[in-house]
Amino acid sequence: MSVDTITETITAPVEVANPRDEQIAFVLMTLALIIAPLFAYPFFLMQALCFALFACAFNLLVGYVGLLSFGHAMFLGSAGYFSAHIAKVWGWPPELAIIAAALGAGVIGLITGALAIRRQGIYFSMITLALSQMIYFFCLQAPFTHGEDGIQAVPQGKMLGFINLSNQMTLYFVVLAIFLFGFLAIHRIINSPFGEILKAIRENEPRAISLGYKTDRYKLAAFVLSATLVGLAGATKSIVAQNASLTDVHWTMSGEVVLMTLVGGLGTIFGPVVGAFIIVAMQNYLAGFGQWVTVIQGVIFVACVLAFRRGIVGEIAHLFKRSL
Amino acid sequence: MRSSVAIGALAAALAWAGSAAAQNKNVKIGALSDQSSLYSDIGGPGSTLAAQMAVEDSGLTAGKGWKIDVISADHQNKPDVGTSIARQWFDVDKVDVIVDVPNSGVALAVNNVVKDKNKVFLNSGAGTSDLTNKACTPNTIHWTYDTYALANGTGSALTKGGGDTWFFLTADYAFGAALERDTTNAVTKSGGKVLGTVRHPLNSPDFSSFLLQAQNSKAKVIGLANAGGDTTNAVKQAAEFGITQSGQTLAALLLFISDVHALGLNAAQGLTFTETFYWDMNDQTRAFAKKFAAKMKSGAMPTMVQAGVYSAVLHYLKALDALGSNPDDGAKVVAKMKEMPTDDPLFGKGTIRADGRKIHPAYLFQVKKPGESKGPWDYYITKATIPADQAFRPLAESECTLVKK
Amino acid sequence: MIPLLGISTQALFGQLLLGLINGAFYALLSLGLAVIFGMLNIINFAHGALYMVGAFCAYFLLNLLGLNYWFALIISPLVVGGLGMIIERTMLQRLAGLDHLYGLLLTFGLALIIQGVFQNYFGSSGLPYAIPRELAGGTNLGFMFLPNYRGWVIIFSLIVCLATWFMIEKTRLGANLRAATENPTLVRAFGINVPRMVTLTYGFGVALAALAGVLAAPINQVRPLMGADFIIVVFAVVVIGGMGSILGSIITGFLLGLVEGLTKVFYPEASNTVVFVIMAIVLLVKPAGLFGRTA
Repeated sequence: MSVDTITETITAPVEVANPRDEQIAFVLMTLALIIAPLFAYPFFLMQALCFALFACAFNLLVGYVGLLSFGHAMFLGSAGYFSAHIAKVWGWPPELAIIAAALGAGVIGLITGALAIRRQGIYFSMITLALSQMIYFFCLQAPFTHGEDGIQAVPQGKMLGFINLSNQMTLYFVVLAIFLFGFLAIHRIINSPFGEILKAIRENEPRAISLGYKTDRYKLAAFVLSATLVGLAGATKSIVAQNASLTDVHWTMSGEVVLMTLVGGLGTIFGPVVGAFIIVAMQNYLAGFGQWVTVIQGVIFVACVLAFRRGIVGEIAHLFKRSL
Repeated sequence: MRSSVAIGALAAALAWAGSAAAQNKNVKIGALSDQSSLYSDIGGPGSTLAAQMAVEDSGLTAGKGWKIDVISADHQNKPDVGTSIARQWFDVDKVDVIVDVPNSGVALAVNNVVKDKNKVFLNSGAGTSDLTNKACTPNTIHWTYDTYALANGTGSALTKGGGDTWFFLTADYAFGAALERDTTNAVTKSGGKVLGTVRHPLNSPDFSSFLLQAQNSKAKVIGLANAGGDTTNAVKQAAEFGITQSGQTLAALLLFISDVHALGLNAAQGLTFTETFYWDMNDQTRAFAKKFAAKMKSGAMPTMVQAGVYSAVLHYLKALDALGSNPDDGAKVVAKMKEMPTDDPLFGKGTIRADGRKIHPAYLFQVKKPGESKGPWDYYITKATIPADQAFRPLAESECTLVKK
Repeated sequence: MIPLLGISTQALFGQLLLGLINGAFYALLSLGLAVIFGMLNIINFAHGALYMVGAFCAYFLLNLLGLNYWFALIISPLVVGGLGMIIERTMLQRLAGLDHLYGLLLTFGLALIIQGVFQNYFGSSGLPYAIPRELAGGTNLGFMFLPNYRGWVIIFSLIVCLATWFMIEKTRLGANLRAATENPTLVRAFGINVPRMVTLTYGFGVALAALAGVLAAPINQVRPLMGADFIIVVFAVVVIGGMGSILGSIITGFLLGLVEGLTKVFYPEASNTVVFVIMAIVLLVKPAGLFGRTA
């Protein structure tokens, strides 16, 4: 391979985060999401929230640890299937189904992560892709997933015994709560001593090793955390949409989350949220354009890579010389 | 005197109020299809056009004071996009009926949403016979075809005609498996035998290995239990390997005229399959097809899916006309549609059963040789007609809860 | 013949030969990708889309200009290669010093655009393209009937693969190219126009993809999505072979064809997935790939 003269990496900017900026941004985001149902269709918002959590958890791995996974769809999809199956066939209440499914995704993350972490860079990415394809194959063959028909008519039930999820507004606030929980969890991880070590590993792994840190363990832990949170998103999504299908385990879904994170801003905390909302909005509101949606997505990809590499939030943050 | 004036005024008021309530003559039709991928030629923009043509031909907008809109969207073959659009259409855009929806996974998902919201679902594009079986609802009518009809038609006809040993190339998908299972039933019931089957992954570009296995089995008929690109690739490569020249018959279990057009007659000649519509069958279908092709950007003739959308929307509007107004109650409209026998220029006379299955005759077609065709789209010879009462799954075998046993 | 695990040896030979032919396709397709990655460190996700453009180009040459398959074999790669050079000049060059993954993302976006546009104009069912008369028909090899066209595919791919490998590894031009990737500044000091070499190399890699497209047009339906089915398999081949190694991806392409061929006999449902299993195993055991230099 050549002598690399890399001037720009895909990972987080080096500016130190100002806690006050982040708090303000967080409050604004939460307020916006609370009043959003007055302006937009709640079902679309819930889907966007699930994808936003997916993108944030993905960003945890790529932006803060520097590991670009091409297989994250495997966690989204398998958690979706688990929670759909648990809620429909085993009859568990929704909160248990979601938690169990997220943990299931975490277990898959543990197994796949243990294999993938052993390599770096593009090879890590290719291993995650390969593993994701094998999981896709498994989901295709396993009888409980019903192949391409998917698991349909997943019951929504009552959360914690009394919160009726069939009411769209109630469901929205439950999903919002789950999203905020996940978001805050990620924030906590990034800003903890554990998170500092992850950033150190990203910046200079040999040095971290020389300081005595077992970097593989830290990377694996981050991978599993990311997988579990993605699982949380996937499990919630299948309860909201009331079905689980193969599209969520397909490799193009892994590509979509990269697109969302790229558009929003790799390595920014709020970037993936913005990116997810934009991409989901495009898919829904441009559905009337039918054949041009893929082309538009492609154009956005190209434009972002050529001119807006920091993503929307990244560019805004750069403009104000802050870190978001 | 006063009392009669009062009564008169009251009567007038009541009449005015009553007619105001009964005046909802707004209808919104949503054509939900795959606009950008595998099924866009089978349904896609053509289905939207078919719906629009049906609205014009119904006569309801011209003189009877109805306001009917047709909107469309792309479900991109993803069930969550499909259900998301369906919900938005019902909750926000006041859509009353969804038509088309190819892709069985999306169709089943949308089917549930339609039932929850008590709207109407007229499916023309999907093949899954579950829509009138395990997943039947009082809000859904499955219009054009289903896997049972295709399997039954092609399976029985070919077996009875001498092709009594079969080998299947099946797409490793629930749909492919269903097609294979239904055809196997039809074949064995007609006295034939299945010598073997091989399951290939979806979107396989190369079928040479599977075709070789089929050739080695020496079965008289090779059944292609797959669709779209897989079928066309398999057919093209079968021609390359000289399969039909050496005496084996190729039976495509799901084929549309758009596929034949894409293959070209050289590759597709001799293919035998079942469909429920062909544009060149009679004067009425020809008239519709010419109007349709003139409006289509690609100049393509209508597929049976697109014809089904036309027929379904026409009958739906007839039912609304009979009811006098839009009752905003999907099950009620569907019940009316089931009550009225159907009669349209494309499918002729037919009925809709209690399980939501639209009944009309099916036809066994064979693709012409290049020399026999007089021009583009002149592709089929009609080999047999399967009468309406034999074409679809008998009610006695249905697992639908709406069917009273 | 002795039945081996439920299949006669005769039939097995037939399947292996077919697998080898498919392997020739994989080798040719991954060759372009390997050239682009090995020489330029660009992960070209648009490879599948450009393969498809090559096939469509052959269709247009036949139906609009009356130029048959043999002309298409030469003209189509030139045209699409030219398109590749434009892409490199206008877009990829701007990503020169950045993380390689940006190149991947950009080319992924390009693939979406190209495929989307073609789909809008040509629908999804595809267009017919016949096998050229000179190569039609087949020969009975005893254990199977081999269409002549398939025999041509394997011979032609081998020739192109070996010629490319020879050119890059054994000629002066190839040496300059390899040096330019290793140390552009030094090579520039010798007076060699490095950016132009990069553009030409990308164009060459893309031309190879288009060539594979023309080769595929008579046997696979010419459809806008024909490349999308292939692309991640081709990536896997390059990764398994070793991302810098031309010879690696050629040999892996053929090997994969064989392995897939066997899988199609014994466990056909998995024939699309077996390549990923192999990729995962290879990456874990020998991370640089079978023939690659150290990661």
